[in-house]
Amino acid sequence: MTFDVRVEVLLRGGIADPAGSTIERSLPTLGFEGVRDVRVGKSIRFTVEAVDEGAAVAAVEDMCARFLTNPVIEESVVSVEPAGGAA
Amino acid sequence: MTTRVGVVLFPGTNCEFDTADAVRLVGGEPVVLWHQERSVGDVDAVVVPGGFAHGDYLRPGAIARFSPVMSAVAEFAAGGGPVVGICNGFQVLTEAGLLPGALQKNAGLKFVCAPAKLRVETVSTALTAGAEVGQVLDVPVNHFEGNYTCSPETLAELRAEDRIVFRYLDNPNGSVDDIAGICNAGRNVVGLMPHPERATSELLGSVDGLVLWRSLLSAATTAA
Repeated sequence: MTFDVRVEVLLRGGIADPAGSTIERSLPTLGFEGVRDVRVGKSIRFTVEAVDEGAAVAAVEDMCARFLTNPVIEESVVSVEPAGGAA
Repeated sequence: MTTRVGVVLFPGTNCEFDTADAVRLVGGEPVVLWHQERSVGDVDAVVVPGGFAHGDYLRPGAIARFSPVMSAVAEFAAGGGPVVGICNGFQVLTEAGLLPGALQKNAGLKFVCAPAKLRVETVSTALTAGAEVGQVLDVPVNHFEGNYTCSPETLAELRAEDRIVFRYLDNPNGSVDDIAGICNAGRNVVGLMPHPERATSELLGSVDGLVLWRSLLSAATTAA
């Protein structure tokens, strides 16, 4: 089966996010007040072949731990679903 | 016999010539190690120089650590061989697990390129044996992701084991505990953000890097 995968990589809580804080400081200049906790991350999307959803999730989590994130400073949120149109 | 110092070259590395020049200046023979090589050959020390290995895609060092030469470098380090990572090379060594912690984006989101004053905190490493504790070196920094961070446990361990090698006098990037460089438990692997190869001649504004290159060469000769 083919699965659509989305991995969202974010800096861990407590790790300084200078891009996020710069955006947060800039928003009031456009008149947007009250914005807090801006965090900047990255989104990685791909498809993967696996026997079932559990196997796909396990493979993606392994990729995150060993390559897609640096666990010292980053964490990930993984979403896996059957590829569009699949029964 | 001339001491041979391997200089690792990834696609995107850009400090290999300066590093090779620094090695020559203190009497060593630089040997370029292409990232696809599976062996470091008969070198006596290895330097992972600065630059943007593999374009810094994903994260600095994240892809470089899978280059075949890195397994050979890890093996060389495990055998006690001196290994130094400078700037991007430091990032590669942390990603490869040869040094603890990680380098995150500079506080303030500024790329810093400026002279920096470093205090030598320990002389019990392959890179600082010829220096003195407390000696202040003028060595430039040039990075965007040089803000060293690690878990509180790791920081406590680095302090307790005297493994913080250099601290900034005036921290340019927000690194924890003003850390500019650290070493591994074996003290033969050292990583630092500043560029000692750019402090090797009066023309460059400082010769303070020379003591480090001489130390490395001497450690390499002893280890050989």
